[in-house]
Formats: sequence, structure tokens, C-alpha cells
Amino acid sequence: MTDLIPVTTRKDWSSDQEVRWCPGCGDYSILAAVQLLMPDLGVRREDMAFVSGIGCAARFPYYMNTYGMHSIHGRAPAIATGLAMARPDLHVWVVTGDGDSLSIGGNHLIHALRRNVNITILLFNNQIYGLTKGQYSPTSELGKVTKSTPFGSLDHPFNPLSLAIGAEASFVARTHDLDRAHMLETFRRAHEHQGAAFVEVFQNCNVFNDHAFEGVTAKSVRDDMLIPLRHGEPVRFGSDGQHGVVMDAQSGARIVEVADVGEDALLVHDEARTDPGVAFMLSRLARGPYEPTPIGVFRAVERLEYGSEVNRQLADAVASRGPGDLASLLRSGSTWEVD
Amino acid sequence: MSDTAERGSAPHATERLDRVIIRFAGDSGDGMQLTGDRFTSASAMFGNDLATLPDFPAEIRAPAGTLAGVSAFQVHISDHHITTPGDAPNVLVAMNPAALRNELPRLEPGGSIIVNEDAFGDRNLRKAGYSENPLTDGSLEGYTVFEVPMSSLTLGAVEPLGVKPRDAERSKNFFALGLVSWMYTRPVDDTLRWIGAKFANKEQVREANIAAFKAGHAFGETAELFDHPYEVDPAPLPAGTYTNINGNTALAWGLVAASQLSELPLFLGSYPITPASDILHELSKHKSFGVRTLQAEDEIAGIGAAIGAAYGGHLAVTTTSGPGMALKAEAMGLALSLELPLLIIDIQRGGPSTGLPTKTEAADLLMAYYGRHGESPLPIVAAHTPSSCFWAAIEAARIAIKYRTPVILLSDGYLANGTEPWRLPDVASLPDISTTFATAPNHTTDAGDEVFWPYLRNPETLARAWALPGTPGLMHRIGGLEKEDGSGNVSYDSDNHERMVHIRAAKVAGIARDIPDVVVDGPDDAELLVLGWGSTWGAIDAGVNRARQKGRKVAKVHLTHLSPFPANLGDVLRRAPKVLVPEMNLGQLSRLVRAEFLVDARSVTKVRGVPFTAGELESAILDTLGGHP
Repeated sequence: MTDLIPVTTRKDWSSDQEVRWCPGCGDYSILAAVQLLMPDLGVRREDMAFVSGIGCAARFPYYMNTYGMHSIHGRAPAIATGLAMARPDLHVWVVTGDGDSLSIGGNHLIHALRRNVNITILLFNNQIYGLTKGQYSPTSELGKVTKSTPFGSLDHPFNPLSLAIGAEASFVARTHDLDRAHMLETFRRAHEHQGAAFVEVFQNCNVFNDHAFEGVTAKSVRDDMLIPLRHGEPVRFGSDGQHGVVMDAQSGARIVEVADVGEDALLVHDEARTDPGVAFMLSRLARGPYEPTPIGVFRAVERLEYGSEVNRQLADAVASRGPGDLASLLRSGSTWEVD
Repeated sequence: MSDTAERGSAPHATERLDRVIIRFAGDSGDGMQLTGDRFTSASAMFGNDLATLPDFPAEIRAPAGTLAGVSAFQVHISDHHITTPGDAPNVLVAMNPAALRNELPRLEPGGSIIVNEDAFGDRNLRKAGYSENPLTDGSLEGYTVFEVPMSSLTLGAVEPLGVKPRDAERSKNFFALGLVSWMYTRPVDDTLRWIGAKFANKEQVREANIAAFKAGHAFGETAELFDHPYEVDPAPLPAGTYTNINGNTALAWGLVAASQLSELPLFLGSYPITPASDILHELSKHKSFGVRTLQAEDEIAGIGAAIGAAYGGHLAVTTTSGPGMALKAEAMGLALSLELPLLIIDIQRGGPSTGLPTKTEAADLLMAYYGRHGESPLPIVAAHTPSSCFWAAIEAARIAIKYRTPVILLSDGYLANGTEPWRLPDVASLPDISTTFATAPNHTTDAGDEVFWPYLRNPETLARAWALPGTPGLMHRIGGLEKEDGSGNVSYDSDNHERMVHIRAAKVAGIARDIPDVVVDGPDDAELLVLGWGSTWGAIDAGVNRARQKGRKVAKVHLTHLSPFPANLGDVLRRAPKVLVPEMNLGQLSRLVRAEFLVDARSVTKVRGVPFTAGELESAILDTLGGHP
């Protein structure tokens, strides 16, 4: 027997189930990116488990030729936490949407991130409820007119990255469904991270919220509207790198022309910075997908991984006391003999 | 002084009792649970049979001295087999006026009262709602009252140790324990050892408690208040090694045992809730058994994580009480649909809503039966004594693993906190509940491909094939959507859905072939059959025995398996001339058996937060039989 990982292709990672998203849905390109990435990760199909909740994105596990569970609304991070704790040998991914994990499952998302259990969370953010046919979501913009808000939404939206950083996430990233190479690289980084990795994916719902991200992700505007974050490099963007981001105590993060301030004034991106403050400010640089928006890895810090720590406590207990003995356990209180 | 020395050297004659019921009552901060627990342990070690009933408020510390803050602990010790903590206490130890006022109505007529007379000042009397001091106004005539200045005697005993008066006062429960230990000739060494260990790191507290305990003991011996101490001989229990156990500990140990017997690692996902939290506390200690515990962010996450662990091949458990059961309902439906083993443990308490968190009730039976959407049958197992929680956990795990199904295990607050002597089982005699996992494809497609179908079933049990993630070649997806029979693929087909609904029902119903028939305890020509489940067992046993002693022919059946019912239950019920069903709810089991078996089951109910007494059930039995002979 050999421990070599068999060589696979995208086809090996695709299940025999017919994909049933609406034609033109951004989910297709995310699925393709994940299936294309898998052969390069050096993992076996049987060691990979996808867990989802409810929503359009939640159908994802059915299309992966891996182990998988399509569970109930919002609970995927909790289920994945149990699976990852029980089976540290597996790679557990959670596929969720903005309704699934920011509304009904908000509690599980923040606690999974806080605990830093070893799971990779892909949040497909389309700023709308798709499966229930077009109600506003917790990421829909204020004033959004939908079936359930005919006079405009009064709900102030969540910023998913700010939320994740506030929830003590050790890995926070953003990518979008129109850039396969960027998705591949971001997903790979998330997979390699030890602990809970959170990736927001801008995902277009062409039926209920078409063009939601087009103002920043369309090829024609991308250079000027997306700000790629690269560890150790100055934060700059634009076709000639003419724009940049500076950060100072008075005004926080803001966009400048490099020519005005000089390259040395630009913020140098440090994803490993222990303090989450800069990552948080970057997450709020754009008020919505109509202003220049950072993408890439915002934050990647080392923190104790929950499942490993759980197993360490078990191993320590066995090392100090020996493996548990049931007969001794039953006699661990005061006992007496009756003849 | 010489007087004291003289009496001390002359041993008192003792009076032998066959049993005694003592109720310790005081302020929540007075340590009454600890006192009762220690008295119980000493009695257990001594060899008595016993049963206990802790009875405390939901507030951690209600305002001192108030009726709301009274915490009580009742213990029944005897020289023969007993099954209940006793109806009316023979002795009440009241540490303050509120405790006296609250607990006096329970005391037997003519019973004994030991009060801490130091606590009967105006302020405490007012707080308890007394306009006159009951110790002096004659209202306790008819009782034997012992007025003991426990606070000041305790202060005197610990003063030489340099303990501040405020701290010294805290040791008075040990004075009371010492006094009652003398009264009932309890061995003291075990208690002294226990105090030494419990307060090992707090030298002054340890010494103060020991001094107070000894002072209480000496007071009994020397004061002229008490004629003589009493003795309650050991009970003739079957030979073996015993420990005194409460239901939650027994349940936790049963789960550890089930993990070893099934060879599956134990995983608990739980959110703290009274009265279930102690199971989480207990299991979190046992890491050397490979037990993983997750204190989840909420009840739903508790069961969610357990479902994830079950999918990974662990023996997965979630523990809770009524409000948590309501929150877990959707996830239970998922586990049922995934057909994964999972234990859902409900330590019932008074409801609805927050209800009576620290008081017992057994009103979640219909929720366990029907509290999920769709057709969603689950097996239900119920414990009936504290120690039976151990066996119930193993049986629930056996069913869950063998049939690939969630199982609901019902216990309640009374079983959870009540204790009894438990003859420890021989570990080697425990059942093997291990299972096998799929390791190879189990189906050949029309195209000739060897594939794994997760919903192919064992024809006998209807249990589905279980392949663990990590198994090469058997990758598959499961989910909450309806599955195609066999392949497990998503299916919206009407015929398939109807078939799957029937299969899931048949799987649970078929478990009846795999559980023991009920055994009727009583004469063949019984006039009445008493049918019970859960913690009513002890009171039913005692009540039925009393009715029998009055010449009535009464039989009884107690259910461990509530879903499905044992296969012979219908016949047994239909044969009985009359059926009486005592329940700590408004008649939930009686409704079920009426619907299932068309029998005229009569209900006797109690929802007062405390268990039935034997007397109440004796009366109910005699009333049902048409008058007292």
C-alpha cells in the first residue's frame, strides 16, 4: 500500500447528480472553481466533507463527489463543528448563503469562527433570498425593494467581513464569482488555514438580484473598483496601479491617488497582524459594491485550533491517568460491600 | 461540667426504628443540599436502603430568610427495601422561620422539629410572615420541638480557630449534621474524611466545619434535650458492591459504558439547562475515556454538533430539558431523516415555557412522541429510578445504533437529583452493542457499476447502510430532502415519499420485536392494573403494596419502552378489569394507550413539582376499586 494521493481531475470530484441551479447563476462558476481546485489540494475525495444548510447555495454538496450533508437552515456551522471535532482527519467545508448563515444561522457562524474549529466556510453572498423567491436578506442594501419590502427595506445590512472579524475569525477573505483564478487562490488559502476560515464570495443571482456586484466585478470596471490585497505589498489598484489606500489615525482607511501621496505613504497589507483593527477598517472601506472594494485575504493569523485542542486534552488525560476503565469509574464514589 | 462528663461517659440506650424520614430545610445559602447529601452518604455507607428528594428553588440565592429562598432535602432511610423518599417526614430540621413555615405542613402529625432557635429573631419571623413566634405561641403543640441555639453553639465551637463570626455562621449546617448524625447513630468517620477532602485547600474552613460537626454531635450526646438516639439497622440488600448514585451521574456513566460497549467514541453536544447540566459536567471530566464534550452556543447547536459527530461515526448525544427539546425539534427531524444514531436526552421539568426549572414533572411524553413536523416517529426509552438511568442510556444507545435512528431518553428532575444505593454491575456482563460500518459498495447499477447506496436496508431491522466519511469509494451525500428509497438521491416522487414514510414508521414499529415483553407484577386475577412510566415507579410500587396489604388484588406494569410499546402491552391492558395510569402530567400515557389499544385507562395526575407519595397512589387505587374495604 502507498500513501500517495491518487491523481484526479475535476470529473473525479463531480457527482453524478444533475446540477439544478438557474441557468446563468453565479453558483456554477463557484462550483467549477471548487471542483477544479480539489485535484490540486493533495487530499483524497473520501477525506473531504461538504456540509450545507438551506438555500440555493446549500445544494452544493450534492454536486461534489465527496462525503456531504445537506442539513437544515442555518445549522451547517454547528454540524460541521461536531464533524470536525469528531474527525480531525477530515477536511470539512461549509457552503452557505447570506440568509443561511447571517440570518437564521448567525449565531452558529459567529461561534464557529470564535472557536476556530478547523472548517472552511464559503459564504455565497448574493444579497437576496433566492430559494424562497426574492425577499431581502441581511446583506441587502437599505431601501431594497423586494416582495417582502414593497416600500423599501428598512433593515440596515450586515457587512459579512466586519462581522467575521468582530467574531474573532482567524482567517477572513473575499472573492467573487467572475474571477476563477482569484477564487482558486482564495479557496486554497482558506483550505490551508488551520482553524475556521471565512470566505465571502460575491455571487450573482441573475433571477432575483441581477447585477448586484456588477459595479465592482464587471471586467470593464474591475481594475478601478476592486482592490486586490496582497500580503506584504502596498495596497494599490487601477490599471496602472495609480490608486492606493492609506491609513492614518485621523481618517482611517481612505483611497488616494498614488501620485499625490507617493508610494511610501500607502498602507502595506499585513494579513498576519494580530490586531484586527486594520483588517476591520479595510472591510469597511467600501460602503457597498458600488465603491472600490478590497478582495483577497484580509486576515490570516495563527490561533489554537479547537479540534486539536480538544484532542490534546483527551491525550493529556490518557497520558496522566491511563485510558479510562469503566469498572473503576463505577467505583469512583464512596462504595460499600454487602455480603 | 461534671454533669456533662458523666453523661458523656454513660452511653445512651438507643431505640430501634425500621425507618425514618428526615427533611432538612433552610435558606438557599445554608447548605441544606450538602447537609442532606452527607447524611445520605453516611447512611448508604452504613448499609441502609434509602431514597432522597432534593427540593430547591430556581433562584441561586433568593433574599435570605424569605419563603422563596427555602431549600430542602428529604431523605428516607430504612432497614428494609424502600422505593420512595417517603410521604411525610418524621423529623424536620428547620434552620430558620421560613423553613419551618414552608415545610411544617409536610411533617407527619406529632413529628419532631429541630430548629435553630438563634434564627428566630423578629426580623426573620417577619420575613417568614409570622406575626408571633411559633416557638412560643403554642402553635407547635402536638409536635416534639427541639430548640437548639445552633448559630451561637457553632460560633462558640469555631471561635478558638480564629474564624470571623460572619464565616463561622456558615458552618452551622455542619453543626446540624453532627446533631442529626448523633440522633440516628450515623458513623462519623466517613463524613469527617469527606470534609477533610472537600475543603483540603481551605484549612480554616475545613477546621471550622469539623469543629462544628463535632460540636453538633457532642451537643446531642450531652444536652438533656434528647432522651436517646435512634438506630436504623442496615437493610438486607443483595450481596455486592454498592454506591449511592443520582440519576444524572448514572446516566452519564451509562453513556460512557455505551461508548465502550459500542466501541464508538462518545460525543456530547449540549447547552447548559436545569436539571440536565450535571450530565455535561460529569461527562466533561471523563476525557481519559475519549469523551468529547461541546458546550454549544445554543440548544440547536448542541444537537447540530451531535449530528455532525454521528455522521463522523461517534456515539453522539445531546442533553437538555423541555425548553431545549422544543428548540431541537427541527434538528431531530433531520437526524431522523438522515437515519443516524443519536441520543436525545430530556431531563424533564415543570413546564410550559420556563415553568418550574428545579421542580420535577413528566409532561414531555407527547412532545417526545409527536413534537416534530411530518410523520416522524422516534423510539422513546424512559428511566424509572436514579440507577436505572445507567441502563436506560445503554438501551437507548443499543436501539439507536442497531436501527440507525435518533432515540429519545426521558428522565426527570426527581430522578436526576434523587439518589439511591446502586449495586454495581459486573462490567463484563454488560451487553455488546457494537455495529459494523459499510466498507464496500452494496449495489450494482444497471450499467454494471459497483456503487454505494446509503439507503439500502437490512431487511430485518430496516436499518440503513452506514458508511463513515473517510471510507474510500463510498462517498455519498445525505440530507433533509426526501430521499429515493435505496440510492438516497433527492426524490420528489409521490410514490417514493409515501414508501419512505411507511418504511421509517415500520422501522420504529419493528423495534417492538427487539424489546422485552412487559412483565405483570401481581396476581393473575387482579382487580386493577396500575400502568406507569418514568419516576412514578417508586410511589406506584409503594402504593400498590399498601393496597395489597389491605387485601386488594392489584397488579402493576412499568414501561421502560414507550415507543414502540412492548408487543404484549395491548393484551395485558385489555385483560385487566380496570387500568389506572398515574402520571406527573395531565394524562399523556393514558391518552396514548386509550388511542392505541382502545382500553378504558383512567388517569391519576399530579403536577405540583414534586413526586407522587405512596399515600396518594394508595388512595387513588382504593378509590378506583370502589371504596376502602
